[in-house]
Amino acid sequence: MSRSPNKAGLRSAVASPILLILGLVILSGVAYAAGGNLPATVTELLVYVVLVVGLQIFIGNSGIVSFGHIVFGLVAAYASTWQTCCSGLKSFYMPGLPAFLLDNSIPVLPAALLAGLVAVLFALVIGVPLMRLSGIASGIALFGVLAMVKAVYETWDGWTAGTSSIIGLPRYVDLPVALGAASAAIVIAFLFRNSRYGLMLRAAREDEVAARAAGIPVVRLRILAHLVSAFVIGIGGVLYVHYIGTISVDVFWLDMTFLTLAMLVVGGLRSVTGAVVGVVLVRLVTELLRLLEDGVGIGGHVLVFPPGSQQAALAIVLLVILLFRPEGLYGSRELTWPIGRPRAGSGKSEETSP
Amino acid sequence: MNQILQIAFDTISLGALYALAALGVGLVFGVMRLVNFAFGDYITWAGYALLLPAIGFGASLGGAGLAVLSVALPVAVAIGLALLTERIAFHPLRRADSSTLLIASFAVSYLLQNLILMTVGGRPQSVDIGGALAGLVVLGGVRLAILDLVTLGVAAALMAALYFVLSHTLIGIQLRAASENFGMARLLGVRANRIIAAAFALSGLLAAFVSLLLVAKTGSLDYRMGMPLVLAAFIGTVVGGLGNIVGAAVGGFLIGAVAMICQHVLPADLRGGRDAFVFAFVVLVLLVRPRGLLTSTKSLERV
Repeated sequence: MSRSPNKAGLRSAVASPILLILGLVILSGVAYAAGGNLPATVTELLVYVVLVVGLQIFIGNSGIVSFGHIVFGLVAAYASTWQTCCSGLKSFYMPGLPAFLLDNSIPVLPAALLAGLVAVLFALVIGVPLMRLSGIASGIALFGVLAMVKAVYETWDGWTAGTSSIIGLPRYVDLPVALGAASAAIVIAFLFRNSRYGLMLRAAREDEVAARAAGIPVVRLRILAHLVSAFVIGIGGVLYVHYIGTISVDVFWLDMTFLTLAMLVVGGLRSVTGAVVGVVLVRLVTELLRLLEDGVGIGGHVLVFPPGSQQAALAIVLLVILLFRPEGLYGSRELTWPIGRPRAGSGKSEETSP
Repeated sequence: MNQILQIAFDTISLGALYALAALGVGLVFGVMRLVNFAFGDYITWAGYALLLPAIGFGASLGGAGLAVLSVALPVAVAIGLALLTERIAFHPLRRADSSTLLIASFAVSYLLQNLILMTVGGRPQSVDIGGALAGLVVLGGVRLAILDLVTLGVAAALMAALYFVLSHTLIGIQLRAASENFGMARLLGVRANRIIAAAFALSGLLAAFVSLLLVAKTGSLDYRMGMPLVLAAFIGTVVGGLGNIVGAAVGGFLIGAVAMICQHVLPADLRGGRDAFVFAFVVLVLLVRPRGLLTSTKSLERV
């Protein structure tokens, strides 16, 4: 637990986020130049980067696989909706809102940041009791929180329009906005990971008993990671609903939970690089399969796959990746400069898998 | 008074169904540290097995033949599927950590769901196997659905059988030993492959009966029908104490019971938020007993 990271560590701490962001910038540039559907597709991908990197901040550093962190996306997205939604229709969808929210529309950027803070506040309230739990009990308790909030929001008609969707959110999330947010998420994730808090928490992940014995305040550090993660996921949720332009409670439920977790695990949940690579890879596979589902011409015949085959193929791809790389594609490594590495291994990895 | 008896009966009946499902999840978790989300799809596939043409032929055999076929086919499909998924997907991942296994089981589950979507289609199918079981009997002023009585009977019989297998047969004793400490059990000569296959087979068997009871009640099939059950079962095993087979049954039962009690006790305008109360209960239990209600010695931390 040295306070001044060694040279290799420093190299990776600075190089990895720069390289990752550079990669996303190039991806966005290509998409922008290509036009068509691509800018929209890549925008959605970048929003998923925010969500999955947010998940990684908690899961990767604490080692607790949470099934509930999407709840912060839900909470923040509704908080942003209350502030920015569809001025004329606000009282139609959400008649229960207090007057200062009904009568005012807040600009989108402060609204998003405020919504992120609402998620952090909520995370603090549930985190203080729940972060004492470890392992799978913690993951389930967090899922319990997600299910509770979902049930509450679905019955809380006056503020959330219940189970129906709210349509007409300002759609301000385009390629540059999403790129900026994804880059910020990556920087936050690396700052946390390489801070002494991140280092201590990762030590506790490997061996909780030893870490406690060494005086590491495990619970407090978990709460910290939980709060940072809640903010990033909250922003991700806000961007997601302002990208699609509608919001309903269902958006942030099992499908998104599983999809984001799958992205994280495929890439390797112990590394931020893994989180980003997982998103890109899963999205790439989905897009390719979508093209296939539109029909493939083989020798004059057009082969059309029945509905569901795209998802079935995605599941097979995921399984194959997991079978060959159970630690995820990146394991616990981060991206580093491809050249000028001191020695194979020494700059790449500072942790070993258990 | 009658109403209380009625509620108690409903509660026990749903609790029994959830307990069976939780046992199915808990048995596999015990030996493999795998939270198997595909268990829900064993349930679904067992239900869809009722659409197989063989059942149609069974009708010509008359009542008894049909009844035997409509139990045997789902059981065979669920056990076969459980063993097949173990072999193809989970066996190679045995040494991976539990989050990887978990995601692999999501992928298997997703695949199985979409295979149904591709072949049968997404529209719910109606199946009538509960016809003979519909109706009520009145016992001491309490109206009891025959189906609920059957559910209770089947659950009790299965649990008794499972108890016998686990406590009196070699494979059952090995299974419990492996759940307590897999590494130690192997050192003492328990065959890993055999014991894991046995756990999956038992899990498939339970899935088939859960499916039959569920379909008899709802009369319809849906390609995601196993999902709510597997979630409840999974949460039940955690509440009961992971790695403890009795705990799984207790936990599953509690989840079903709490859900049913909330259904009856909550005022009408809060009933929609029933799940919020169920999950609040789960979170509370975990806060008080982070390792679940019944804890196996293995999960105690040693330095």
